[in-house]
Amino acid sequence: MYILFAVISLTALGLALGFMLGAAARYFKVEDNPLVDEIERMMPGSQCGQCGYPGCRPAAEALVAGQAAATLCPPGGKALAEQLANKLSLEIDLAGLKEQAPMVARVSEATCIGCARCFKVCPTDAIVGAPKHIHAVIADACIACGKCVEVCPTECLGMHPVKTTLRNWRWAKPEPMAAGA
Amino acid sequence: MSALRVPVAPARAATPVQGIMVRVMLALVPATGFGLLLFGWPALYLFATTVLSALLFEAVCLRLSAKPVAPYLQDGSALLTGWLLALSLPPWAPWWLGAAGSALAIVVGKQVYGGIGQNLFNPAMFARVALLVSFPLEMTRWVNPAPPFSEHAPGPLEALGMTFGQAAAIDGVTSATLIGYVKTELSQGRPLSEALASGQFGLGAAWLGWIPGSLGETSAVLVAGGGLWLIRQRVIGWHIPASLLATVAALATIFHLIDGERYLGPLWHLASGGVMLAAFFIATDYVTSPSSPRGQLLFGAGCGLVIFVIRTFGGFPEGVGFAVLLMNALTPVIDYYVRPRIYGRDAKGRPLKLPEDKR
Amino acid sequence: MAFPGFKLTWQGRRKIKGGVHLESRKEFTADKPIVSDLLLPERLYLPLQQHAGQPAEPVVRVGDKVLKGQLLAAGQGSISAPVHASTSGTIVALEDFPAPHPSALPAPTFILEPDGEDRWVELGPEADPFGLAPEDICARVDAAGIVGMGGAAFPAAIKLSLGRRTRIRTLLINGGECEPYLSCDDRLMRERAAGIVDGIRIMLHSLGCRHAIVAVEDNKPAALAAMLEAARPHGFIEVAAVPSLYPMGWDKNLIRYLTGKEVPANGRSADVGVLLHNVQTAYAVQQAVRFGRPLIRRVVTVSGGAVAAPRNLEAPLGTLLSELLAYCGHRPDRTVRYVMGGPMMGDRLPHPHVPLIKGACGILALSAGEIQAEDAKPCIRCSRCVTACPVGLLPLEMMSRIRTGQTDAAVGFGLEDCIRCGSCSYVCPSRIPLVHYFKYGQGELMARREAQRKTEETNRLAAEKQRRLERTRQEAAQRKAQAQAAASGGAP
Repeated sequence: MYILFAVISLTALGLALGFMLGAAARYFKVEDNPLVDEIERMMPGSQCGQCGYPGCRPAAEALVAGQAAATLCPPGGKALAEQLANKLSLEIDLAGLKEQAPMVARVSEATCIGCARCFKVCPTDAIVGAPKHIHAVIADACIACGKCVEVCPTECLGMHPVKTTLRNWRWAKPEPMAAGA
Repeated sequence: MSALRVPVAPARAATPVQGIMVRVMLALVPATGFGLLLFGWPALYLFATTVLSALLFEAVCLRLSAKPVAPYLQDGSALLTGWLLALSLPPWAPWWLGAAGSALAIVVGKQVYGGIGQNLFNPAMFARVALLVSFPLEMTRWVNPAPPFSEHAPGPLEALGMTFGQAAAIDGVTSATLIGYVKTELSQGRPLSEALASGQFGLGAAWLGWIPGSLGETSAVLVAGGGLWLIRQRVIGWHIPASLLATVAALATIFHLIDGERYLGPLWHLASGGVMLAAFFIATDYVTSPSSPRGQLLFGAGCGLVIFVIRTFGGFPEGVGFAVLLMNALTPVIDYYVRPRIYGRDAKGRPLKLPEDKR
Repeated sequence: MAFPGFKLTWQGRRKIKGGVHLESRKEFTADKPIVSDLLLPERLYLPLQQHAGQPAEPVVRVGDKVLKGQLLAAGQGSISAPVHASTSGTIVALEDFPAPHPSALPAPTFILEPDGEDRWVELGPEADPFGLAPEDICARVDAAGIVGMGGAAFPAAIKLSLGRRTRIRTLLINGGECEPYLSCDDRLMRERAAGIVDGIRIMLHSLGCRHAIVAVEDNKPAALAAMLEAARPHGFIEVAAVPSLYPMGWDKNLIRYLTGKEVPANGRSADVGVLLHNVQTAYAVQQAVRFGRPLIRRVVTVSGGAVAAPRNLEAPLGTLLSELLAYCGHRPDRTVRYVMGGPMMGDRLPHPHVPLIKGACGILALSAGEIQAEDAKPCIRCSRCVTACPVGLLPLEMMSRIRTGQTDAAVGFGLEDCIRCGSCSYVCPSRIPLVHYFKYGQGELMARREAQRKTEETNRLAAEKQRRLERTRQEAAQRKAQAQAAASGGAP
C-alpha cells in the first residue's frame, strides 16, 4: 500500500514538474541566443573579416559555440580578448597572445591615383577623399583591418605601426625579479 | 623605458632581507643560549644537526629548481627556519628527528610552494606538527633541566651516543611539561591546587625557564625579551604578539575565575609551552601572517583562541603548532576581507559621499 | 613646537596615514640665494605642451621676431595654457624636439634664438588687483599661462575659476616641499615672502574666500619665519608648520592634516571647500595680475651628487636642462641618472638635453651612491609597504597581481587610488620596484580604456556606414521604381 502511494506521488510530481518545464520552455522561449547578441555588441562591429568569419555576428556565434578562441579578433586586441574571456568564462593565455604592435593604414601620396576603391571597402569610413583626389586615412578611426590594402591597385596603401608619442607612451612592465620568485 | 627601479632610494633606506633575518636570530640568541645551557650537550648536537640539515635541504632544493644557491642561502631564511624548529623540539631528541623535521620544513613546508615568500604555512610549525603526529613518543619525551657537569648531565661523548646512537636517555630525568602534567593530574581527578603544590613546578621557575620543555621555549622571560627588542627594532609589529598574548591571558583569566581548580591561571599559561615563542617569533612570520594591521590583530587573537582551546579542552597537551597552522590557512581569507581603508573611500571601498552643502 | 610665536591652529588637525622619513639632502642648496642673472643661452626650446590638457596652438610663424613675454601659442580647448616667449629674439623653427618626459620622445617645440636685447613686449596696464572683478583676475592668470608649479602643471586659472562654482572655504598654499634635494620653494619663501603673500591675497580675492593657510614643513624654520613675518598684517593668512614626513606635500595629506577633511575618491579638493596652490604659483599669480607679466621663468633646484655647485636658479623657460646643469658644475662622467622634479615622484630622464618647462621644480644629476641599484628579490610579505602607504593600499598584493597580469584584481586592491609617491619602493627590503609596477598597471588601464573607447567609436562608425549604404540602396531602388513608373506611365 505504502509503495503504491510512493509510486503514485512521485509519478504525479514528475508529471507536474515536466509540464511546468514544458510550459516554461514555451512561454519564455528566446528566439535568439542573447549571449550572441551581447558578444556581438562587444566586438568592433566593422565586419572586417580578419578573424576568418564573414563578419562580427558569425564570429560571435562561433565564440559562443566554443569554436573560436577569445583571442580571435585582431582589431579588438588584448583588451577585447580579456573581456570576451571574462564574459564566456574562458581560460585564455594572454602571455601567449603576442600583443601585435597596433597598426594604422597610411596613404603614400606619391602613388595614390584617387581611384576611390579603398574608401568603399573601409568598414569605418576611415578613409576620406574624392575620386581623382589623393585620399587620406583618419588614424583615429582606422581599425587596421587591411581591407584597403587588398583593393589598392597601386599598393600605395600600407599598414604601418602606430608611432609612439607622448600621448600613447606607457611605462614598460618591470623586469622579472632576479631568478624568479 | 629601461628598467627604472626606485626613482631614488638613498642607500640603507630599509632593512634588507638579510638584515631582518640576522636581527631575528640575534633576538633568539639569549633564549637559545639558555636552552643549550639548560639541557647540555645533547641539545647542542640536536640544534646543530637541525640547523645544518635545514641549510643542506635548502641548497639541494634551490639546485633542483635551478635557482642561484648562494644568494638565496645568504638571505638567512633557511637558517632561521631550522633554528626555530630546533627550539621547538624536545632537547634530547635523536638526531634524525631534527633532520626529518628540517626536511619537512624546508622541502614540504617551503620549497614545494615555490620558495621564500610563497609558502602558505609557517615551515617550522608545519614540521613541528608533522613530527608530533608522526612521532608522538619522541616528540613528548621531555627531560628535567640538566646543565653540563650537573648530577644527571651526560658528558660530551655520552651525549654523542644519545643523539646519534641508540643509547637511551638516562632514566629518572625524563619528565613532563607543565601543561602535560596538569592534564594528567586533572584526568585523575586531582584538583589543580593540589597538583601544582605536589609537582616540581614553581611559577617563578616557569617564567625563568628552569622547567622541562622544548629546547628553546622554556624561558618565557628571555623569549619575550628578544621579541620586545625586535619590536623596538621595528622588525616585527606589535599587533600580533599583543593580540595573541592578550587573548590567551584574557581567556585564561575568565576560566580561572570560573573554576580555579580546573583551569590554570593566565600567568601559568603565558609562562609555559611555546606561547611566547609563537607570539613573538612564529606567528609574526611575515610570509604567513596578514599584512594589514587590523588583519594582524585578528590573526593574533585567532591564534590565542585556538592555543587556549587546544590546551584546555583538546587531546594534545600543547596547541601552539596547530593554532598557528590553522590561522596560517585563514591568512589569505583575512587578507582578502580585512584591508586598510583607502583614502577617500569607506571601509567597503566605495567613494565617500560628496558633501551636500555646495552652494 | 620649536618656533614660538607661530600662529598655529590645532583645531581639526588629524593624523595622517603612512609616510616615510627621508633624508632631506636640501642642505646642498637651501642656504644659497637664488641666482637669477643667468646669461641667456644660444637657443631656447619652448614646447607647445608644458601643462596638463591640450597643447597650445601656435600664433606666430617661423621667422617672426618676437619680444619677451609675447604670446607664441594660445591655449585651446577647455583645459590648456598659452606659451610665451622667454626673451626677445627670432623664432627659427617649430619642430619636434625631445620633451622633458621619461621617454624623451619628440614633441612640437618652438625654437627661439635670443637677440640679446631681452626687450619686453608692451605689458598690459598695471592694475590694483583688488579693484578687479574675480573673472578679470582669472582671465589675467589664464592669459599669463600660469600652471601648477609644484609638478602637476594643471592650469591655475581653471582651479581659480572653480571658486565661482563651488564654495571655497580655505585656500591652502603648499610650501611643503617634502621631496629630498628640492629647496626652490624654500628659497622663494625666504626671499620673496611678500610677493607670495600678495599673490595669496589676490587669489583669495578672486575666490571670494576669507581664509588661507600656508603649509610649510617644520624643517624649514627660516621659510616659516619669513612667511609668518609677511603674513602678520593679514590675519586671515595663517602659516602652519607641518611635520616633515614624506609625502606631506601630497595635497590630500595636507587637506586632511590641516582641515581634518577627507576628499572623496571620486571628488576634488574643491568638493570639500579647499583649493590648493603651490607657493611658486602664488608668486606667479602676483606677477601676472599686478604687473601683467606672463610666466616665462621659474626657480628650479639644480642638485645631486654629480653637481659640484648645486644652486637654485631662476631660469628662463626653454633653457636646456644640460645648460643649467653645466652652470652648476655638472660632472657628466659621475652621473648615473637624470631626474626632473624630485627624486621620489619626479621623472627619470634619459638625457638632460631637454628644455626647462613650467612644472619642473628640480633638475637632479645623481651619482652612483645616491640611487637604488640592487636587483629585486622575492617579496617576503613583510608588509612594510602597507605601513608606509599614505593612501592605505596593500602594495604587495597589488604588485603580485600586476606581475601575473591580473590588472583587474589589482584594481580591486585600489590600483587606481595609488598616487605613485614611491614610499613603498623606498621601504621595500627586497628592493622590489613597486611603484614602477603601479605606473605600468595604471598605464595598462589607460591603454585599455583607450581601446574600449576606440571599439565603441568603431561600432558607431560601422553602424553609420551601414545606415548610409542602406539609404543609398533605398534611394537607388526608389529612383529605379520612379523611373519605371514614369516609363510605364509615359507609355500610351
